[in-house]
Amino acid sequence: MTCVHRIEVHYKIDPRLTTRTDRIRTLGFPVDKLHQIDVYTLATTSRDFTHEELSQVGSLLVNPVVQEYSIDRPMSAVFDYAIEVGFLPGVTDNVGMTARQTIEDYFSMKFCEGEAVYTSELFLVCGNMNLSTLQKLASTLANPLVNQVIIKTRQEYGVKGMDPVVPSVCLHELPTAETVDLDLDDRELTRLGKEGIIDRCSGQRRGPLALDPGQLVTIRDYFHKQGRNPTDVEIESLAQTWSEHCKHTIFASAMDDDVPDGLYKTYIQAATNTIRKEKGDKDICVTVFTDNSGSIIFDDHYLVTHKVETHNSPSALDPFGGALTGIVGVNRDTIGFGLGAKPCINIYGYCVGDPDTDPALYRGKDRANPILSPRQILDGVVRGVGVGGNCSGIPTPQGWCWFDQRYSGKPLVFAGTVGVMPRERDGRKLYEKQAQAGDLVVMAGGRVGKDGIHGATFSSEALDPQSPVTAVQIGDPITQKKLSDVIVKEARDLGLYHSITDNGAGGISCSVSEMAKECNGCHVYLDRVPLKYPGMAPWEIWISESQERMTLAVPPEKIDAFMELMRRREVGATVIGTFTDSGRCVVESSGSVVMNVGLDFLHDGLPKKHLISSYTKKTYPEPCIPCPERLDATLLAMLQRKNLCSKEFISIQYDHTVQGGHLLGPVQGAGRVQADATLTRVVHGSKKGVGLSQGLFPSYSEIDPFLMAAAGIDTAIRGLIAIGVPLDTIAILDNFCWCSSDEPGRLGQLKRAARGCYEVATAFGTPFISGKDSMFNDFSGYDAENNRVKISVPPTLLISSIGIHPDVAKAVSLDAKIAGDLVYVVGETSEELGGSEYFAHLGYVGNTVPGLDTATARERYGRMTEAILRELVASAFPVSHGGLGTALAKVAIGGRIGMDLTLSAGLRPDYYLFSESLGRFVVTIDPVNKRAFERIVGSDAILLGRVTGRALRITSEKLLVDCAVDELEASYKAPFRGY
Amino acid sequence: MTRKRTSPDVTTREMIPEKAMIMSGFGINSEMETQEVLARSGMASDIVHINDIIAGRNRLTDYRLLVFPGGFSYGDDTGAGNAYANRVRNNLWDDLMTFLDGDNLVLGICNGFQILANLGLVPAFDNQHNREIALMPNRGGRLECRFVTLKPAADNLWTRNIGRIYCPVAHGEGNFFCSKETLQRLKRQKMIAFTYCHEDLRPAEGEYPVNPNGSLEDIAGITSADGKVLGLMPHPERAMELVNLYDWPLRKERMKREGLAVPAESPNMQFFRNVVEYFR
Repeated sequence: MTCVHRIEVHYKIDPRLTTRTDRIRTLGFPVDKLHQIDVYTLATTSRDFTHEELSQVGSLLVNPVVQEYSIDRPMSAVFDYAIEVGFLPGVTDNVGMTARQTIEDYFSMKFCEGEAVYTSELFLVCGNMNLSTLQKLASTLANPLVNQVIIKTRQEYGVKGMDPVVPSVCLHELPTAETVDLDLDDRELTRLGKEGIIDRCSGQRRGPLALDPGQLVTIRDYFHKQGRNPTDVEIESLAQTWSEHCKHTIFASAMDDDVPDGLYKTYIQAATNTIRKEKGDKDICVTVFTDNSGSIIFDDHYLVTHKVETHNSPSALDPFGGALTGIVGVNRDTIGFGLGAKPCINIYGYCVGDPDTDPALYRGKDRANPILSPRQILDGVVRGVGVGGNCSGIPTPQGWCWFDQRYSGKPLVFAGTVGVMPRERDGRKLYEKQAQAGDLVVMAGGRVGKDGIHGATFSSEALDPQSPVTAVQIGDPITQKKLSDVIVKEARDLGLYHSITDNGAGGISCSVSEMAKECNGCHVYLDRVPLKYPGMAPWEIWISESQERMTLAVPPEKIDAFMELMRRREVGATVIGTFTDSGRCVVESSGSVVMNVGLDFLHDGLPKKHLISSYTKKTYPEPCIPCPERLDATLLAMLQRKNLCSKEFISIQYDHTVQGGHLLGPVQGAGRVQADATLTRVVHGSKKGVGLSQGLFPSYSEIDPFLMAAAGIDTAIRGLIAIGVPLDTIAILDNFCWCSSDEPGRLGQLKRAARGCYEVATAFGTPFISGKDSMFNDFSGYDAENNRVKISVPPTLLISSIGIHPDVAKAVSLDAKIAGDLVYVVGETSEELGGSEYFAHLGYVGNTVPGLDTATARERYGRMTEAILRELVASAFPVSHGGLGTALAKVAIGGRIGMDLTLSAGLRPDYYLFSESLGRFVVTIDPVNKRAFERIVGSDAILLGRVTGRALRITSEKLLVDCAVDELEASYKAPFRGY
Repeated sequence: MTRKRTSPDVTTREMIPEKAMIMSGFGINSEMETQEVLARSGMASDIVHINDIIAGRNRLTDYRLLVFPGGFSYGDDTGAGNAYANRVRNNLWDDLMTFLDGDNLVLGICNGFQILANLGLVPAFDNQHNREIALMPNRGGRLECRFVTLKPAADNLWTRNIGRIYCPVAHGEGNFFCSKETLQRLKRQKMIAFTYCHEDLRPAEGEYPVNPNGSLEDIAGITSADGKVLGLMPHPERAMELVNLYDWPLRKERMKREGLAVPAESPNMQFFRNVVEYFR
């Protein structure tokens, strides 16, 4: 018998009422007031709480100065509708967990198995609306994949109020492993790969293995030689390890006749190898590609790591949860680097549809399963990354947002983390790790549930909102923070373990078998794995992607000290097996072996592929629109383009100052302009700092993928040059987010982009240290009229850069500073407007994307660094999307000060102002530094005029622009006002 | 401990023998920069996990200053600072009272202030530790991170020789609120330590974003009635050096042009010097 009590908590005067109501009203709901009440539902079986005890619980959950609680009694407020949003069974409920711990601590008791505190949010709506609007409002407040929603009218609510929300997980049977017969015909094999193994109990398919028939035949042959059929654990495990997500088949496979070693080895790894060889003693790389993050030298004592991940599919379905698990997941790639680096900077990037649109697209026929609107996706991912970083105490200074309708079917969510660690401690190189035979396999952090099953072989069809336990994970940053703290601030330096890695895609199946390579074997007992709830099958435990877990190799003589430390920090840790040197991955459950596969087959048995690509250059119409007489209106319109305007609402909801290393932040200057590069101190007391920037040009990729890659790399590097980071300290990361990568045409674009990466990276001498790819970012579904619709993202390559600033006191911000300063553009401007924001503004694409003369650029960047480090530069800003005109405007807005500038005749004025030619900077200097600056930078520096007055005046043969800086600022900040 | 290095132009004061205890655990996250800023002000400290005090491995009585640093303890679940305060109240209350009886100081920054408020360590009128104030969710409904200017609103050990503080806020729940009676008492007993203000020290008068969260009377920090406990929402420890300030590039450029030496430290250090000075 379950005893259920409901405690409702509300503010006497809610400080957020106006903001909350306003935000909902801007989304178009006719709401007069939207009240929010926090609901805690206690469900216990072993004991009941008396009313007095419940009052004590209530007072633990409120601040009585401003809040009230009621026990088993509904609020009697004035409202029209009540919407209660709770969680579905099995979804992580962080607040419920904290409430439970508080209650346990207070009463010195422990909740038993099956007992819990569940939380939900009750919204009381004042306003008149019809049922469909009400349901739409509910779907804005909730996500059907993680939430359950109950709606009542005031009348239905009556005096009894809402019903208790107890989303407990009910699983009855205790499943065991089963064997799978692979002696099937091709059609059945295909189906098995696409839809999964048939579940013995339900008769339903379990969800995609993402194995093709060729791979399944290879598996069948392997087990024929073993003289038996594989178990479901073995097949699911191979599916995880062989997945595109884990093995990067497309980048690894031979392509055409000229790339026999695959794109990764030929273009990415080769670039790094070439650069490292060339740099010799000056090589900055420590660990590249092999570990969870890449790393470079910070100084004699420290190294810094960087890794950028994507979390696209989960974010399409649950933007908040997807983005949250994305950022806390990449944090674990830092904690799992070497013996554990401390996460010290988070970065983000979002590609989404225009948030002012609401495309009617559906995953199913007959308007079933609609996609989330770009606005909902944007709001969710912004919040998710924020909660992840803020709760974890990691600053998030750096990021961007890019809007294109082709992202409305599938958004791209990039999340990255920089870490810092000493290079050595007590003679141990902390960036090296080696599990040894005899070490114990320890799983630390959260427990395992059914969340995130098949994450690595994910597809949207796998998700069924009706299923009792969802496949969507919600992160718990505090559980991870506790884990992170105990690892990187204590256990690492005590030398308590030999190796550590993250449990990400594929869960322990991937992490343990990956670490087993270090010693050549492992033996795991699934019964020992701590579960969130009973009733999980062996294969589910093995591949679950429940969050906040790391796997460690702890030597037996250290295990007591390790476990004692974990206990003291209230971090879960369990010995689940032993590392061996048997050459095999052996897994037991209930006393029988459910997996016994050779490590060589598990890791290298994947059949090789040979990919064929083709390439056809696309051409687009060129605009034939005359240059306007004056460009004031054009400039204001450009500043209001969503890809160019301020997205400061994101920057300020991300803590970018925690850890005390803020140097150059996400917005700069009195006018608060968003920067392309940020600078952060990661070691207190050091003169050095870590510069981060990013480059992304999806609007160029259909025109010329090679130059798209070149623009990304140049922009990521140039952002750092502009703040004073020298080129020879810079390393870069690649994140390819492609589409339809089974089509030769898309592969042809990929090949060109990868070649661009090689050419430009080697020309600049900036090594790739880490990279990731996501190859199928396509949406397949229906429109409102049941027509099939496929929307592919434009081939997207994010280049992220990291570099070491030698003396942060000499760093330069972007804002113009003092009247009388000279304004320069450094670098040449050509008529290169293909894929530009200006052409997009005119409604065109064009064909001439910017070229890049890397030799000239490289020399220019060296000169810029010299000028900045000699403190001759007052401000510097890289010219990027939107060209020189928007760059000048941003420098002026940043300083809230005007400029009077004259352009040399030549190019058409609008093309001169909005061409996106690479390699350029806008620089302002103190006039006394004129000679010194010009001597260093040379003829590259073109003097345009002076910082002066309150307006931006640009003259060519005649006056082109005369705009008050206030007016420019208002335009720059207009589009996202109210977000 | 991590290797300690201090840039040559940052003067480190002579260390005092008294030590500070900096609380950690369960999502507290600003313990390391707090330790750094205290060290630069002349006070050594230990970062201590709350469970180690509960288990008796560390004793509060070995310390003179107790700091609850910034963070996101328990993810702000059940109200920012509330769950951590419950943990302290349920397990360490007697130790804490003994500590407060001594000639000791307690400082809570951001999440630390929220914890102090929920523990009733501020305002603690008449030595009664009731909850009298609340740090409610920001008026804007979400976390906000930006630089703010503070001015001292009382003359006490914490505010001495401070003209202004310019440092970040980064919180979701910093909206100070209390009853009219409590407010009057805070004013009468001069317990309002810092208020949000414009750059020229004019009162914010609730104007966003000068007052970033909607705090009543622009209150950013208060002391206990006996003056030994301070709770402060903004983070001076995150802006120890000039280069940590939002507008440092402009300040530096101006100082250079005026022929002034560019200092390495930020003026915010005075706040921590005051704390350490108390024990000298």
